Amino acid sequence: MFGLHYRLEKHGMALLLGIIFVTSIGGLVDIAPLFTIDETVEDAPDMRLYTPLEVAGRNIYIREGCYACHSQMIRTLRDEVERYGPYSLAVESKYDHPMQWGSKRTGPDLARIGGKYSDEWQVAHLIDPRAVVPQSIMPSYRFLSTTGLRTDDLGLHLKALSRVGVPYTDEMVTNATADAIAQAGADGSDGLTTRYGEATQARLFDGDPGKVTEMDALIAYLQILGRLTNAAHANSPPPGE
Amino acid sequence: MVAKLTRAERQFALILLGLMALCGLVMAAGANDDLFALHGGLILAVAVGLSFLVISGLDAPEPPPERLAEYYDAPSRVAIVLTMGWALFGLAVGDWVAWMLAYPHLTVDAAWASFGRIRPMHTTGVIFGFGGNALIATSFHVVQRTCRTRLAGQFSPWFVLLGYNLFCLLAVSGYPLGITQSKEYAEPEWYVDLWLCVVWVTYLVLYLRTLAQRREPHIYVANWYYLAFIVVVAMLHIVNNIAMPVAWNHSRAYSAFAGVQDAMTQWWYGHNAVAFFLTAGFLGMMYYYLPVRAQRPIFSYRMSIISFWGITFMYMWAGSHHLHYTALPHWVQTLGMTFSLVLLVPSWGSAANALLTLNGAWHRVRDDATLRFMMVAAIFYGLTTFEGSFMAIRAVNSLSHYTDWTIGHVHAGALGWVAFISFGALYSLTPALWGRQRMHSAWAVEAHFWLALAGTLIYVFSMWNSGVIQGLMWRTYDSGGTLAYSFIDTVVAMHPYYIARAVGGALFLAGAGIGAWNVWMTIRSPDTVSQPAGGDRPLTILAGE
Repeated sequence: MFGLHYRLEKHGMALLLGIIFVTSIGGLVDIAPLFTIDETVEDAPDMRLYTPLEVAGRNIYIREGCYACHSQMIRTLRDEVERYGPYSLAVESKYDHPMQWGSKRTGPDLARIGGKYSDEWQVAHLIDPRAVVPQSIMPSYRFLSTTGLRTDDLGLHLKALSRVGVPYTDEMVTNATADAIAQAGADGSDGLTTRYGEATQARLFDGDPGKVTEMDALIAYLQILGRLTNAAHANSPPPGE
Repeated sequence: MVAKLTRAERQFALILLGLMALCGLVMAAGANDDLFALHGGLILAVAVGLSFLVISGLDAPEPPPERLAEYYDAPSRVAIVLTMGWALFGLAVGDWVAWMLAYPHLTVDAAWASFGRIRPMHTTGVIFGFGGNALIATSFHVVQRTCRTRLAGQFSPWFVLLGYNLFCLLAVSGYPLGITQSKEYAEPEWYVDLWLCVVWVTYLVLYLRTLAQRREPHIYVANWYYLAFIVVVAMLHIVNNIAMPVAWNHSRAYSAFAGVQDAMTQWWYGHNAVAFFLTAGFLGMMYYYLPVRAQRPIFSYRMSIISFWGITFMYMWAGSHHLHYTALPHWVQTLGMTFSLVLLVPSWGSAANALLTLNGAWHRVRDDATLRFMMVAAIFYGLTTFEGSFMAIRAVNSLSHYTDWTIGHVHAGALGWVAFISFGALYSLTPALWGRQRMHSAWAVEAHFWLALAGTLIYVFSMWNSGVIQGLMWRTYDSGGTLAYSFIDTVVAMHPYYIARAVGGALFLAGAGIGAWNVWMTIRSPDTVSQPAGGDRPLTILAGE
């Protein structure tokens, strides 16, 4: 074996090919089957899509680097299920390009934050976290409530997402901007609920009827987290059993 | 810099810079969003600035042809300066965010200055800025010495070095503006990733061509590691960053992968960025500078072979240990855990090989702080790889994951191993490249050593404490069978450790500050030594050729 290596290390290209061959195996075995084995991602017929406003909110979540302190992955451990809710399923992030599972909890997990707090609480907390939770070490995001949301390019965003496999229809792409504005308004619109389902939440997320702000979008996203499908709830027995 | 190039190469440089300026102009003028336009402007500004530099040296005399019979060290010299600059920047930003976690109001009330935007400036600054430049500086130096030949390009080393630093600049300037794809350690957006591909392939070709024209029959072990570092980082970077841009003129792109497949790809990348950027590259550094400084041959050739192929083969399986108890299928988690445990064998093989090389040179370790940097690096390498295998065990991971224990582990590796071996290498390399007898101040190297060691230990111990405490508090039940602590209780409990961590970081930063001063004074020192006759030069013709 060492004699073989004695010869191998005299040839740069052979060494290179050896390295490529040896390093390819592990990655292929770990990753490739995840695309082919059907059980990897559960079936969830009720799984809905992110609305354009929620996509915009998710982009703000990504822009601000929230993943550095907040996970979106509840592990299959008793204390996590009791603290945060049913453990996360693969299907729940199947439209997340990229996923935001995170690796660190300087703050709590957010996988099921949707509906846990009111919009008013979220606004107050994002503007000044320590006004709501005195010991909090989270930064203030007050600028979100004064920054107007860019909506004119949302069609392009949905188009790009459809190209990587999220089933947005052409109709959704065409109406993306209007749907975002409608969802952040007081009344919503029929088109919005037809396209994205009756459960779509349309309201003044930041409480301000003026303009559509980044605060509207981020809160719309936070309020949908963990509520794209009920699969996880169907999967776990209610507490106490 | 420019004077080392021929006239034709200078003209070629100007053409490339012109293309770059055009590219920046198109980006700035045709942008669909403001952030893309800002980056276009930055690219344009860099291109114009570098053009001035080239134009000012355009009419300098042709470099003498005899230079081709010498080693090409100018790119390494510039890389050393950049390394120290990035070290100061990355460490300072890191310490700032550390204080911010202890005292959240220690920032300005502006969008760019929140923890989430600044933290990747720290990680990119230290890993890619500091670590990457140290790897480029040393790999250029090592490959020439161990192959006894000059670098196989006059222009491409500059392209690699400056192109790579442009990548770092675009990455780090993007985060505070809000340009990120929020994939950990792969935050830069699609167009910055594409640029790195171009630079990195050039680096690989340059390295292979230099190996191909070597004057030594064998390729030395340090080059195996550098080669693995270059080629595998290319694989990881390309696969993990496949993405669909919103438009050609838009800064946002959507990752090709989603959910569980994206998670596995991301941590296959993330873990192997540790393996091949932060381990293989720096092992290459260790395999050259440690034996040279200790004046002892590497302890075991066979152990080098086993460790090298063990590390290259097994690391690639281990990424899934970042995803224990998640929605990732159980079989992949088990596979990752198993390989992480076996990985301890080649890891300790390398650490032992380094420490056993020091047998017979322990008096030098005692007297020479530079060699001591490298000795401590090998010890921390052994400790961190043991800890890593331990944390990859599913039951241990259930406690350590999501806590500061991970942060402590990373910094034991990044400070104790990566930074220590880099500083050891830089203190060997700087006097050699500028023709000085030794570093300007031996006392300053000594002070840097002790500050860095104290800072690392304080950092790591405080994060072990806070991590284990937080992990335990999360899972503590009271007698009534309900969770004993709210999440904010655990945040409050972290406070003293966050202060201690920031103090440790400040000590490490202070050490690096002394180091940067010492490097600068060495560069400026007038006491050059004449090269020994027939010494540090490439072999022109192999005997018997």
